[in-house]
Amino acid sequence: MNYPKVTKIIKTIEENPDVKTLFFKYPQKIKPGQFFMIWIPNVDEIPMSVSYIQDDIKGITFKRVGDATKKLFKLKKDDKIGIRGPYGKNFKITGKNILFVGGGTGIATLGPIVEEATKKGIKSTIIIGAKNKKEIFFEKRFKKYGAKVYISTDDGSKGYKGLATDLAEELLNENKYSSILTCGPEKMMKKLLELSKKIPFQASLERYMKCGFGICGQCCIGEGIRVCEDGPIFDGKTLKKIKDFGVYKRDSAGRKIKL
Amino acid sequence: MDEDAGSMKRIINCGAGAVVTKSIGLKPRDGYANPTVIELEHGILNAIGLSNPGIKNFENEIKTLKKSDITIFGSIFGSNTKEFVELAKKMQKYGVDALELNMSCPHAKGYGLEIGSDPKMVKEITANIKKSVNIPVFVKISPNLMNIVEIAKSAEKGNADGIVAINSVKAMKIDLELETPVLSNKTGGYSGKAIKPIGVRCVYDISKNINIPIIGCGGITTGEDALEYIMAGASAVQIGSAIYYRGIDIFKKISEEIKQWMKQHGYNNISQIVGVSHK
Repeated sequence: MNYPKVTKIIKTIEENPDVKTLFFKYPQKIKPGQFFMIWIPNVDEIPMSVSYIQDDIKGITFKRVGDATKKLFKLKKDDKIGIRGPYGKNFKITGKNILFVGGGTGIATLGPIVEEATKKGIKSTIIIGAKNKKEIFFEKRFKKYGAKVYISTDDGSKGYKGLATDLAEELLNENKYSSILTCGPEKMMKKLLELSKKIPFQASLERYMKCGFGICGQCCIGEGIRVCEDGPIFDGKTLKKIKDFGVYKRDSAGRKIKL
Repeated sequence: MDEDAGSMKRIINCGAGAVVTKSIGLKPRDGYANPTVIELEHGILNAIGLSNPGIKNFENEIKTLKKSDITIFGSIFGSNTKEFVELAKKMQKYGVDALELNMSCPHAKGYGLEIGSDPKMVKEITANIKKSVNIPVFVKISPNLMNIVEIAKSAEKGNADGIVAINSVKAMKIDLELETPVLSNKTGGYSGKAIKPIGVRCVYDISKNINIPIIGCGGITTGEDALEYIMAGASAVQIGSAIYYRGIDIFKKISEEIKQWMKQHGYNNISQIVGVSHK
């Protein structure tokens, strides 16, 4: 039922000064890459990828940027939020040596799939791309899983100085990966798709959403492809055909906005 | 799935004979904050708030769509005759095949139902649009009226080419845990399975009292649902919410189910069934 189930926050973690994880009880099964609609009463309802899957306990990780996430950031243990979902398609693990590339808060979406891959004994390399070292999160988490973690920062305050895609290009030249999984700014993912050449590719997209279950059309890209229902995970073959990818999105009125 | 050219094209590829655009106004409108759409036990509750990119930004969507030779109903909403006429002229200029006047949105102040509950306004707006354009004009009316037949008659007197009935039914949902309405607008419009009998009754009553065609809608999920509307007097049907219940290719499925039923019952032309329940 696509109706928000009200649940209490059971724990919060500050991942960095602007990024927080909220944990709540939500027994329904969800797969890495799928998302919830999170209702922040009297403020908004927004789509958010699952960032932790621990049996009945699920988590979301977000940066405070707009009204909804600012309010969400202030919530404490025992505060109530509404959850509906899970929605959309999930990431799929293919091959034995995966390169993960996360940019900004896109890292949050990759959390559960890196966990699943490493648990299955798949060689996992992850690039965490951020503006600066303050914005990095999940580094320890990924290392704990046994993933090989690379950091890139735009200002060089930690790790590789430059874009995550520049670092990815170097890694792709030196190594053979069986697939690339990514979430982050769309321009970054588009560049990565070009770099991926024939390597199987999956990316998680984000759009303004209303229903989350495929009827309203708000999140459509290309020829009626619904990010909520047909995505948010798309493979490289599909993305290459979508002209909007990395070019524009739509606001709540349906106006095109350049990315 | 009526937001942009791409999604409307997909709906056509999934078997629909025509598409109705999102309701478009003069200026861009953000609509209400989420939650705007939720599912309840027997239907879908929404208060989108007439969000739309504005007529100017919509020109491109229509022109893109027209390249594929798709039959388009341009849906428009205004707060007075002048606005409606301006929108109608622009839609015709952009290339739509027909107009649908939204006189029935149940959740936007100053628009929709607030216009469509006044018989004089309905007639005046329809008549003025008819004088300004030469494409067919349909008036979409609301079930949230005591005088639905009178409203339909007013549209007919204004020379409307047809009626579309019904829009969503005013409704609300309160969450027990939070003791608050779920929709940010508090009230909204109910669509989907639950409202089908309401729609069928409206179409039946309207059809008995007017002589222009009716497009039936409200809760149609199967071919049998569509046939019920057709027997009540509808010459065509619209489908929206049921995309959720049966997938985006529902248009093909319903057409097939109608054909099957007709075959089994010895009909070869759907017009033989239109209004057949009025005996």
